[in-house]
Amino acid sequence: MAEGDPGRVVEAVWRMESARIVGALARMVHDVGVAEELAQDAVLLALEQWPRTGVPDNPGGWLMLTAKHRAIDLVRRNTRYAQKLAEAGRDAEDRVRSAEDEVNEALDDPIGDDVLRLLFVACHPVLPAEGRLALTLRLLGGLTTREIARAFLVPEPTVGQRISRAKRTLTEHRVPIELPPPAELPARLASVLEVVYLIFNEGYSATGGDDWMRPSLCEEALRLGRVLAGLMPDEPEVQGLVALMEIQASRIGARTGPGGEPVLLLDQDRSLWDRLLIRRGLEALARAEALGTLGPYGLQAAIAACHARAVVAEDTDWERIAALYRVLAHVAPSPVVELNRAVAVGLAYGPARGLEIVDALLDERALRDYPQFPAVRGDLLARLGRHDEAREEFRRAAALTRNEREQALFLARAAAQETC
Amino acid sequence: MRYLITLKATKQPATPPPADLMEAIAKLGEEAAKAGAMLDNGGLAPSSEGARVALAEGRIGVTDGPFTEAKELVSYVIYQVRSKEEAVEWVSRFLRLHRDHWAGWEGEADVLRVFGPEDFGPPA
Repeated sequence: MAEGDPGRVVEAVWRMESARIVGALARMVHDVGVAEELAQDAVLLALEQWPRTGVPDNPGGWLMLTAKHRAIDLVRRNTRYAQKLAEAGRDAEDRVRSAEDEVNEALDDPIGDDVLRLLFVACHPVLPAEGRLALTLRLLGGLTTREIARAFLVPEPTVGQRISRAKRTLTEHRVPIELPPPAELPARLASVLEVVYLIFNEGYSATGGDDWMRPSLCEEALRLGRVLAGLMPDEPEVQGLVALMEIQASRIGARTGPGGEPVLLLDQDRSLWDRLLIRRGLEALARAEALGTLGPYGLQAAIAACHARAVVAEDTDWERIAALYRVLAHVAPSPVVELNRAVAVGLAYGPARGLEIVDALLDERALRDYPQFPAVRGDLLARLGRHDEAREEFRRAAALTRNEREQALFLARAAAQETC
Repeated sequence: MRYLITLKATKQPATPPPADLMEAIAKLGEEAAKAGAMLDNGGLAPSSEGARVALAEGRIGVTDGPFTEAKELVSYVIYQVRSKEEAVEWVSRFLRLHRDHWAGWEGEADVLRVFGPEDFGPPA
């Protein structure tokens, strides 16, 4: 990039390359916090120099090389210190040399297992979920503390604390910068996928405020998912999660009406669905299916695909969806899955069958404060002509949701029961 | 943000694209896909195989290619990135490969943002 505002170029290149740079440095200095500081130093140098010298021909390579030199300096300094302590000179020189080899190797690694390692470290189970989220967005997304705070509607210092605490925890627990051993991989991968999907969902249906969605978080999660799929192409659940997110994201443009109000799946204008994302989602689902049995994400993607394949809502294959939910309820049982199964069964085999499933969930503590539970029950009751009961359920749903737009929708549905 | 990039050739050497250019392009494409940036791409056949459909003075007219411009559209790519600068950087990498591997080739790419839901949604 020869021209352009150097500040904005630095920002863009940092976002594109930071995970790779920090990942490579972390492998060298064995500390993600230190690695990030070294990489940030390179960014500061770029901001200082590029306005004078012009943007280099290969800005990403420049940042990587500059960061590498700083890391080697640091390793050298530390080694010299260790050398004094141990008075074992030759050994120390070897260590510098092997560190340099490691960096050169990292530079030669174009796609970046370093990124994968960094992702597994940022999503390490020793960290609380919020720490994993913040650290992942920071280290893998190159987002600033302020951007993360804005996305999650929490104060900036809170995010700063979460990130620094997470880095400290990783150092204290001496979490190695390496891929988990094969025996631990499934559990650790599950944590990575969970974090990516949490980020997606935070963007897809914002839990607070009056914004229905925060699409940039969806895009970031999709990007992370695609990166992960590129780095671990043989993991069916990675493909499954990507498929799920691509298909869900394809509906973003149809999920809000002109007034910003939410539009439910079956009421959406399907011509607004993003065909490119649907195609990508169906391809990822096909890859997941080819790799073996579908896991929870793959099954959810298969359900999403049933909707994506229906040109009009009336064409939806509800029997297939109900069957997929039954499998999902088997491999990943949860009251929410059961509730969704009730919806599908209600549409495939009539509201009475759906209501049976919902009513079996009445004592579920996990659903007590879940606005979709009364909403689904209200819908089934309304279809059975039990309008007074339905109205009560929609009012309960409105009282439970924290999303103002959704609340308005539930209140409107409650009001509609009066005229029935 | 989604960007549509169209690549036009303005000066084509008589020699075909060298193998190492094609290899480098494939590698860059793989990199862009693995970085989660490239959503779609494709090469475009010469306009002699295409047609132009125009509306003028109330009439729909169809003209077969080739079109008269000196520039031929040769490919397109769709990136999903976080800023225009990121899209520009990917395209710059692509053109750098042409500069380094295919002497005499000249061309230009248009980087166009595709409207997304954010452009039609309610005010934030």
